[in-house]
Amino acid sequence: MRLMGVVLIAIMAGFIMWATRDLPLRGDPQSPASTHVSVYYIENALEDSNTPNMVTAVLADYRGFDTFGEAIVVVAAALSCLLILLRRRDDEGPLAQGYGTDEGIGDGDPEPPEQGARG
Amino acid sequence: MTSRYESTFLDVVSRAIVPLIQIFALYVVTHGHYDPGGGFQGGVMLAASIILLRIAQGEESFERFPQSAGLYLAGFGALAFTILGFMSVVFGGNFLEYGYAVPGVDGVELRYWGIFFAEVFIGFLVWGALVAIYDALTTGGTA
Repeated sequence: MRLMGVVLIAIMAGFIMWATRDLPLRGDPQSPASTHVSVYYIENALEDSNTPNMVTAVLADYRGFDTFGEAIVVVAAALSCLLILLRRRDDEGPLAQGYGTDEGIGDGDPEPPEQGARG
Repeated sequence: MTSRYESTFLDVVSRAIVPLIQIFALYVVTHGHYDPGGGFQGGVMLAASIILLRIAQGEESFERFPQSAGLYLAGFGALAFTILGFMSVVFGGNFLEYGYAVPGVDGVELRYWGIFFAEVFIGFLVWGALVAIYDALTTGGTA
């Protein structure tokens, strides 16, 4: 089983390395990445936004929506961590008491949840 | 794990180095126009300075940077970035099209300042989010 995993990984790695032959050369001016909007960014970033650092202009202005999504993802990660790891100070209340057990759903089980049982 | 590491060296060095980290982080955040850097990188550095305080001083650092402040900072950054994006929508532009954010002002200048404030808000957001994650992992959110 372990050998099979290694063989599978080797086959996939071989496919990926084989596929790199079709990639354009680095800095190729005729590659798709260099012929679409990036020409406009390089030529007009300074005039459009008065920003010498072209990377910042692309990141925060031209591609601002993408950056906005990245920022929201960071906030969502922080909120998710708090939701999973949050523990009430007095271990009471609807969130802490039996959260993740049947008690929190309210099926009428009179037995209190075990100490330290939480989602 | 809110106990501090009892070490004189760590205490002294952290007191000296945390302000320097924060100053350099502010430089990184605000000079995204001219140098490599920006909100994400500077925000991570600001969070690192707070986490160094947490490691070196334990619960004493809650007086300087309360546990709840992380989530407030992240929420403020996200809300301010969203408002910045919608400012241009009010005056006829697209979402995050800073050139339309304030009518009657040159669009190029507005885009310059739009990028600046976007970086600053991202810096607040990343700063708060990372400290909130660290606090949640180490203390479970209890004070």
